Amino acid sequence: MNELDTLVAQARTDFENAADATQLDVAKSRYLGKGGAITQQMKTLGQLGPDERRATGARINAAKDQIETALEARREAIRDATLAVQLSAEALDVTLPGRGMGKGGLHPVSRTLERIEALFRSIGFEVADGPEIETDFLNFTALNTPENHPARSMHDTFYLEGADDVLLRTHTSPVQVRTMREHVALYGEREHMPEIRVIIPGRVYRVDSDATHSPMFHQVEGLWVGEDISFADLKGVIADFLRKFFETDDLQVRFRPSFFPFTEPSAEIDVAFMHGEMKGRWLEIAGCGMVHPNVLRHGGIDSERYTGFAFGMGPDRLTMLRYGINDLRLFFEGDLRFLGQFR
Amino acid sequence: MQFSEQWLRHFVDPKIDSEALGQLMTMAGLEVEEMNAVGGVFTSVVVGKILSTEKHPDADRLKVCQVDVGQEAPLQIVCGAPNAEAGMKVPCALVGATLPGFEIKKAKLRGVASHGMLCSARELGISDEHGGLYALPDSAPVGADIRQLLGLDDTVYVIKLTPNRADCLSLAGVAREVAALTDLPLTMPASAPVEPTIDDRRVIALDAPESCPRFCGRILQGVDARASTPEWMVRRLERSGIRAISALVDITNYVMLELGQPLHAYDNDRLDGTIHARMAQPGEKLLLLNEQVIDLAAGTLVIADDARVLGMAGIMGGEESGISLDTRNVFLEAAYFAPDAVAGRAREYGFGSDASHRFERGVDFALSPVAIERATALILEICGGQIGPVVQAESLAHLPARPPVTLRPARARKVLGIDLSDDAMASLLARVHLDVAREGDNFRVTPPSYRFDIEIEVDLVEELARLHGYDNIPAPAPQGHLAMLERPESRRDLWQVKRMVAGRDYQEVVTYSFIEEAWERDFCGNAQPIRLANPIASQMNVMRSSLIPGLLGVLLTNRKRQNPRVRVFETGRCFRIDAVGAPVAGYDQPVRLGLLAAAGTAPEQWGIAHRNADFYDLKGDLEALFAPQMLAFEAAEHPALHPGRSAKVLVEGKLVGYIGEIHPKWVQKYELGTAPVVCEVDVDTVLATNLPVYSSISRQPAVVRDMALVVANSITSMSLMAALKQVAPAIVRDIQLFDVYQGKGVDPDKKSLAFRVLMQDTQRTLEDAEVDAAVSALVQCAEAQFNAALRR
Repeated sequence: MNELDTLVAQARTDFENAADATQLDVAKSRYLGKGGAITQQMKTLGQLGPDERRATGARINAAKDQIETALEARREAIRDATLAVQLSAEALDVTLPGRGMGKGGLHPVSRTLERIEALFRSIGFEVADGPEIETDFLNFTALNTPENHPARSMHDTFYLEGADDVLLRTHTSPVQVRTMREHVALYGEREHMPEIRVIIPGRVYRVDSDATHSPMFHQVEGLWVGEDISFADLKGVIADFLRKFFETDDLQVRFRPSFFPFTEPSAEIDVAFMHGEMKGRWLEIAGCGMVHPNVLRHGGIDSERYTGFAFGMGPDRLTMLRYGINDLRLFFEGDLRFLGQFR
Repeated sequence: MQFSEQWLRHFVDPKIDSEALGQLMTMAGLEVEEMNAVGGVFTSVVVGKILSTEKHPDADRLKVCQVDVGQEAPLQIVCGAPNAEAGMKVPCALVGATLPGFEIKKAKLRGVASHGMLCSARELGISDEHGGLYALPDSAPVGADIRQLLGLDDTVYVIKLTPNRADCLSLAGVAREVAALTDLPLTMPASAPVEPTIDDRRVIALDAPESCPRFCGRILQGVDARASTPEWMVRRLERSGIRAISALVDITNYVMLELGQPLHAYDNDRLDGTIHARMAQPGEKLLLLNEQVIDLAAGTLVIADDARVLGMAGIMGGEESGISLDTRNVFLEAAYFAPDAVAGRAREYGFGSDASHRFERGVDFALSPVAIERATALILEICGGQIGPVVQAESLAHLPARPPVTLRPARARKVLGIDLSDDAMASLLARVHLDVAREGDNFRVTPPSYRFDIEIEVDLVEELARLHGYDNIPAPAPQGHLAMLERPESRRDLWQVKRMVAGRDYQEVVTYSFIEEAWERDFCGNAQPIRLANPIASQMNVMRSSLIPGLLGVLLTNRKRQNPRVRVFETGRCFRIDAVGAPVAGYDQPVRLGLLAAAGTAPEQWGIAHRNADFYDLKGDLEALFAPQMLAFEAAEHPALHPGRSAKVLVEGKLVGYIGEIHPKWVQKYELGTAPVVCEVDVDTVLATNLPVYSSISRQPAVVRDMALVVANSITSMSLMAALKQVAPAIVRDIQLFDVYQGKGVDPDKKSLAFRVLMQDTQRTLEDAEVDAAVSALVQCAEAQFNAALRR
């Protein structure tokens, strides 16, 4: 081992022994500083002849490079160690709960209504709305249910004190007539009136209260009127909707003949799940039918040229089925332990 | 409508089981709501006659009976029933019999052998009666099988009939449907006219022929009103939910159930002269069969004789002319009353009957002469007597017409979306006894008298759908004219807003639209609320004019249930009387959004100090919801709110709602705990938003200067800010309030408001001099208008 090799080895040892950046700087100056060993070696070159000077110079430079590399390596190691100490000191308990405000949520029936709206929008239904204090005329008479019609007893109606001609709507169907009239006002002059495709979610009221009936509940009305709309189309739309709503094909849908004054033919829609707790039980979820010609006429629509279907479904019932809720009254009590489950 | 399956099968007997028969009716529109087996499941129970009873030697309550069950020797059976006595006929379960829940074995009861069991009605699943043995009539043959004897292999159907199917309010009507659906023959009960044996009769006057166009009446003399109703009739009545009372009443009820014609029997000796079907006259009163006296309103159709009103036609008879067990002579009525004459009346008077239920929906007008003969035959058979001739008064012009209805097969196919041939249609309609005649491309269809529901073409379309089977109509993917829906960018979706509110830690609730009157008074200052005429409960009797009471109700509910942290919102209509009101005159029904926070600003957690949400927290939420729309707030009073901590909410000068802390007096009265903060705004104004408009961004350096202005406490920050903005030179881009300070160094009746002023030009760097001039302009304005002092 020559002198230079010894020097490099010595430097490496010195650097390794430096505990921090300051000690390392001291060590560095012993080799690379003004009076350092390498600098001293360089000074001796002037005394040598040209050939030897070149050869020795190269050897010294190689040794210097090795020392500088070792220095850099040690410097980085010291930096890393310092950082590691800092990082370790800064470590958090990552399992502590996150900070900040909480999050609320929608009412379970709202979730259902939002989905119903989205599903029907996807095939071109708009969303309409109507008043809840409604005229007796639109709630009944315009829907082909004149005074004293036995069908009026199917609805136990809330009336207002001191007013004979208004009531709390018993269904969302009066908005059918309102929608038709608005539509005719806009497009009635055209040779081909655009189709009416609309759904109408909202609150409705009947004098009834137990585990399955609430004096206030929700309904979603649907209406599609056009030049070529049939009962088969009604079945197609409802079947599609129910499968998409419940996200399953594991579902039977049944249209059962029924009667509503404002549709004919009329049907009740029952569904039965093929698996699960409710397996095989027919559950009534909606009423529907072809819009009665008298209703189209009250809406200002030519009942010969246009036909249409309407349905009224119970989103409360659909919500109960979807989430397995067994008491309708929970929806209106406002208990946050219940509502908080639907965030 | 409720009836026994066995009875139905007397009319038509399809070879399908009870379940399938129920399903058939349901799918034809006669919805079977319930199916109940008449008796429990049991075997080997026979008629036993108790020959003797002796007291059990070792048990006070038990008897040792010798029972004849038709076998060679009587059986010895130990029995604990209090009513067991010699001579009685009772159901006897033999050894080996199975009863609901157990099996009969030879046994020893306290040392005495017992070979069977005597049964109560409950033990056989017949009724809940279990006070003693089920007593059988003396006529029951000893040893006969109980199931057969009592007709227990039967089912009771309860069907829910829609108002259009009055023709099915009888066994005959339901049977007619079942026969049509199964294409089987129908067997009707015999109703051949009974030959009169006497000539007694009453004149019948149709004084209101439009309401009563047909009335059949007949006198029966010397009937035995005390005769007992045959067992089979009692059974059928009971299985139809009608209690047997006495032979004459039972027969009229029976014929009503069987054929659908309500009948009425009068005590002929209590009648005077002609029978009138007329309108009630002012001041007339009637004592009804149910012992209620009513004042008859004009326009009520009544049956009267020459002296007085006898009954409300088609609804209920009068007590004074009714039959009793002492009646010997009967006047029998079978009439047709028009639905309009009956509909709504029963409800007006507050009662109804099986008769009014049928008449208001429509009774077959051809049925009166048939039903009176059927009832006569049954009375003769059961009560005996002499029969007078039927007097039939009628006004043919006023009887309902059944004009033919045109059916266009092509229209039916279009409306139903099915491919059904003309011939198939004709044959379906013929099955339900519609008279079908070809008329060019169309059919001329004449309905029978009992079909009140076939008046226009679509009625026939429905009939076709029903008979073809709703299940057989296809459900294709819908086809329509495609057009994109409008999607206005300047109006947000309600769902988007709801999700934003939920995202700020509010839970949506849905509360009733009707609330307690006191809430409306206290929280809305509304002494004249919209009251319900028929509320479901007194605390739900007025329509809400605000969402705030309902939200406070939710707070109370949750406090009671130990859910302390309540942050809730609701959207829904509120109601108030309004002279104009649209779209329903007289009522304004805006949709509002209400928020309530009664809790810490954040859920209890480490690292964030607990602080109850206050006015400013809620205000911040509201501002965030409305952004980019700018809200203004003006101190205002509201009945529900703390007068010093409440404000109007304005958008572009227009009032859109209120915000504030609940008034301490309500906090105390309703025990609300920490004062909640609430706000309520019109939903429409939250949904509105602005289309963004671009303005250029300056690349020049900005200068920021802060200034703290000390003003009197009464000065609102908004008024000061507005004034500053008013006088700010063009280089002032923005002024922000960044601190409010009261305390050391500021007089107690003053506050320090610190503003940060941002100045920038779009084209050049600002000179110090113009920056200084701008700030001093602002300070001078504050000094001059608000007596402010710059805080150093």
